[in-house]
This record gives sequence, C-alpha cells and structure tokens, in this order.
Amino acid sequence: MNLEGKRVIVVAGSGGVGKTTTSAALALGLAARGRRVAVVTIDPARRLATALGLEELGNEPRRVQGADVAGELYAMQLDAKRTFDELIERLAPDERAAEDVLGNRIYRELSGAMTGSQEFTAVAKLYELHRDERFDVLVLDTPPSRNALDFLEAPDRLTGFLDGRALSALLAPTGLAARIVGRGTGVAFSLLGRITGIDLLDDLSVFFRSLSGLIDGFRRRAAGVKALLGDRATTFVLVTSPEREPVEEAIFFHGRLRDAGMPFGGLVVNRVHAPPEAEPDGIRAELAPSLGERLAGKVAETTADVAVLARRDAEAIERLRRELGVERPVVVPLLDEDVCDLEGLALLRRHLMGAGA
Amino acid sequence: MKGLLDHRLLVVTGKGGVGKTTVAAAIGLAASRRGRRTMVAEVARRTDVAGVLDAAHAGGGAAEREIAPGLFHLSVDPERAMAEYLRDQLPPAAAGVLNRSRVFGLLAAATPGLRELLTVGKLWELAQLDRRTPGADPYDLVIVDAPATGHGVAVLNAPQAFAGAAHSGPVARQARIIQATLSDPDVTAIVAVARAEQLAVTETLALQDALRESLGAELDAIVVNALEPDRFTPAEARRLATHDPHPAIERALAAHARARRQRAQLARLTRGTGHRPLRLHAHALATPDLHALADELAPQLP
Repeated sequence: MNLEGKRVIVVAGSGGVGKTTTSAALALGLAARGRRVAVVTIDPARRLATALGLEELGNEPRRVQGADVAGELYAMQLDAKRTFDELIERLAPDERAAEDVLGNRIYRELSGAMTGSQEFTAVAKLYELHRDERFDVLVLDTPPSRNALDFLEAPDRLTGFLDGRALSALLAPTGLAARIVGRGTGVAFSLLGRITGIDLLDDLSVFFRSLSGLIDGFRRRAAGVKALLGDRATTFVLVTSPEREPVEEAIFFHGRLRDAGMPFGGLVVNRVHAPPEAEPDGIRAELAPSLGERLAGKVAETTADVAVLARRDAEAIERLRRELGVERPVVVPLLDEDVCDLEGLALLRRHLMGAGA
Repeated sequence: MKGLLDHRLLVVTGKGGVGKTTVAAAIGLAASRRGRRTMVAEVARRTDVAGVLDAAHAGGGAAEREIAPGLFHLSVDPERAMAEYLRDQLPPAAAGVLNRSRVFGLLAAATPGLRELLTVGKLWELAQLDRRTPGADPYDLVIVDAPATGHGVAVLNAPQAFAGAAHSGPVARQARIIQATLSDPDVTAIVAVARAEQLAVTETLALQDALRESLGAELDAIVVNALEPDRFTPAEARRLATHDPHPAIERALAAHARARRQRAQLARLTRGTGHRPLRLHAHALATPDLHALADELAPQLP
C-alpha cells in the first residue's frame, strides 16, 4: 500500500469489516510519520472516541492527546444532519435564504430519511477539511452503506435534479406552470396533485423554491468534491474481511472505482486465519500422552476448525488478488482482542504499515 | 403467543456484517419447508438472497421469482414500485403520462424520503392478502432483508415521517395505512440479527431503544449468528493453560477465550432484551450452507 504523497485517503468497504479501526490505525501511522492527520469517522457506537481516549468526538476535528506521534492526530465524528445544516448556511446567499430552507417542514422532517444524505455530507465535509491548512492528510471512514454507488454518486445526487430548465418548472407557481413550460408539464403537475395531494405539492414547491438560491453554490460544491475525489493526491483504500459477502462487495466496488476513473490505493484484508502448522490427527497423537485422548481430541478439533477457515481465507485472498489485480494485499491476522485503545490501534498500525511506521 | 412465522411481515435487521441476509434467507427456507408460501424481499438494490441460495440465481431479482419450492425472491426497486403505484392509482393513460414525464421523474427523485416510502409501500403490497398487482398470488409470509440497523429504522420510519410531512392527501393517507400495518404486532414482527460481539450487542440494544422510541415497537426475536463452539470446560482450560507451550494448545486457548467472550456477550444481550436469543453455530465455519442454517434454526423458532 503506497500512501506517500496522498492528501486524501478514502477508506471503503462493507459494514462490519473493521473499516473504522483501520481508518484510525492508518491515521495514527501517518501521524507517526510526522504528518498532521485528521480522521473523519461515522462510527455510531463512539468506539473510536473511546479508543482514541476522547470523551466524545464532535463535528469538528479534535486533537488526540496521548498518541505518541511525531506529527499530529485529529479525529471527528460526522453528524450528517448538522453538516447538512451548516452546508446550507454556507451556501445560502444570505441569512434569510438559509432560514427558509432550514425552517422548511419538508426539509426538517425528511432530509434525515433521505438515502445518500450521509454520503453527501461526508464528502462535503471532506471537501471543507481539505482546504483547512491545519491538516496534511485526511482519512475518511465512509458510511456503512452497502452500496458503493451511494458514495461515488453523492456529488451528483443532490445536484442532478437542480437541472435548470426542469427546476424552473417546479419553481413556478403550480397554476402558471402549464402556461410557462408547456402542456405536458401542466398535465404532469395536475396528475401529481391527484396522487400526492395538493398540500404536499405546495409544500414541495415551497421547498424547492427555497432551495433555488443555493443551486449555484451546490453545483460549485459538487463539482469541487468530484474533482477532489478524482485528484491524484486522493486514493481509495478498500477494506474487507475474508467472508463471502464483503469480498464480493469489495470486488464490486473496485469495478466501480475503475469505471469512474477513481484512484485505487490498496487492499486490506482483516481477520485472516493463519493455516495451522500441523494436521489435526498428528496433534491428537502428539498430545494424547500428556492430555489424555479426550482433551487432545478437542484440541485437535480446534485446529481442524482453524484449518477450514484458513483455507477459506486463502481462497478469498487469491480471488481478490486476481479480481483486483493487487499483487500484495495487506493481510491483517485475526487479533485476539478487539481494538479498543491506542495500544490496540498501534498494533493494528504495525500490521498495516510495517514495523517502522 | 403468536409464532414468529404466523405474522405476515417479518422485518430482519441488524448491524452490517453480522450475516443478516443469510439469516433472512434461512428463516425463509424454514418457513417454506413448513408449507408457507414465503417471499424474501431485499431492499436498497441488493440481490444477495438469491445468491446465497443459489449462485446461478444471483443478480437480477427485480421480478418476483421462485428460488426454492415455496420460497420466492424479489429485490424491491423504488422506480418500479413508483410505476406500479401510479398504475394502481390512475387511469392507464394518465399513469403513462406521469411515468414518461421528465419533470415528474426529477421531482420524484428529489423529494426527500419518497424512495424509502415507495420501498416500504411495495413491501406492504407484497404482504396483502388481496394484492394490488394484477394476477399476483398472495404470500403467507413476507420476510424483509432490511438495511443495516440505523438505516433499517429510517426505512421503517419513512411512512410515519411522510405522513407527518404531507399532512393530508392520498399519499399521507396511504402512508398512514402502511404505518398502521408496520406497527401492528399481530401483523408485523421485527427480528434483530447480531453476533455475540460487544459492538453488535450494543447496536442491538440501541436498535431496541430506537424502535420503542420512534415506532413504539418491540423486537420479536433475536438471532445470534456465528457462535463458535464452546468446547472446553473451565477445568480443561486450566489444564491446557498449564501445559507446555504448543501451537495447537495456544489455538485451543485462543478459541476458548473467544467462546467465553461470546458467551458473556450473549448473556449481556439476554439481560438487556429479556429475550432468549436464537442461536446459530453453522455460520462460524467458512461459507454457510443455507440448508444447514435452516435445519439449526427451525426447531428454535418461537
């Protein structure tokens, strides 16, 4: 894995593969190399905060004390709703336009329920932090969305509908819409009214109108985010465990990265079982004299289990190698303990980046 | 008490990576073996259930399809659900106009929460005895492979949020009907899948709180997946610990420590929920065989 010269590291993979701890360990490793690093996480269990020795992570990066590093380590936990609110405040031409959106009933009730809002706010925050001169490197722990598309499409998602001509139709008062933009739209609108009810249509219309002042800002921001994700100083690191579903997800995501022309920086396979050095039968025979047949048999069963898992893991890694064209993925063995403090992160970091990191 | 499989709608949720999809499919297989005409529906563009059961069936999934005797699969697509909804609500010509209208498409895509509402609406439709889809047979049981915990609650919440935002009108009315179905414990049961790990247990307890708070709903069952074999008695473990160092014994002691930690988390989950979790071991070893999981699950189903 080569992270030299990278300014933005996006850590992606399916849920439950150790993405958050991997992000934190990478950030710690880079800070150990003297960089000023901020890790942005979406860890809802606050486990990362605990591991980093912080009471709580806020929506702004906070300096991690107690990490013995040459550089600086900061951490923050993304609050999607708050980030969204702040984004609106920032992009609105004036205070009143911001208040119109923030106070809108549709916005308040439904913005949190929207698929992809977390992804969008994550990249929006990333964009903001990348212009912050306090940090050399940003490590982004992506939301646990099954679908990688949500993340890559985030910049387009919110601006797609802000297409000028169509939006002007929506923004026009309902009754006038037919005359302004032609009969088809008018019919569509009246039918829509029948489906949704007039109240909802009116509310939506107010909502879109209140957003109209922000369109240019949104569009510029989305373009900036897109450029940032495709930049040479940006890289995507894929994390997976050797289990079937995450492996398929990693292969799928890698394909998406390639199609979108995004930079792929490396693969981390967590929780890998090492193959046993001896056969269960041999172990049983060897240990029976000192442990007795019964207990030696149980010990041998444990080895047999590990052998099965080690075989599965080796096959998964081979498949990933082939599919992703990665010669040497970073393989992290199954650790005896959950990573729950800086010491644990330091251990994981050594697996990820080598002893000298 | 009503049996888990006697509900019409079974929502299976859990933290990412706990094997939620596999467990949903295994429950579906167990139900279909009991003669229930069962649908396992996935949301959010997933088509994993079919793949878990039969790799040849992976992908596709936008149409209802029988993947094992009495077991059906569908990957719910919001756009398709929208087209169906319009066909059901409007005269054919008018539905066609809307389905082709670019403005309508943009508006629908941009309306926050509409995709989620349409997804839940389709699940609701699948669970109706008298289905709106012309010529469609009813299912005895619809199992939903819901998105991971946090998002799962958001999807379940969508009708309520939408009904609140829309106030009045047909969509609000529809959303309230769906909401009533979801919150009726006789009709809908919620199953949480977890692993016996600290984080997964914590999230399951948080899910329980979130369900109570936002929907007034309770968890009906908890499935703990991928339990490792608990082989050694405390006395045996002590004996191993005092034995001369040997890699196989180290492995055995590490496995024992993991099994102990799992048992402690299982106890924590039982205390925190008042449920006796259903236990699955088969998943701990390599690639799960769905039939083996269904065999293990069937006798435990309440």
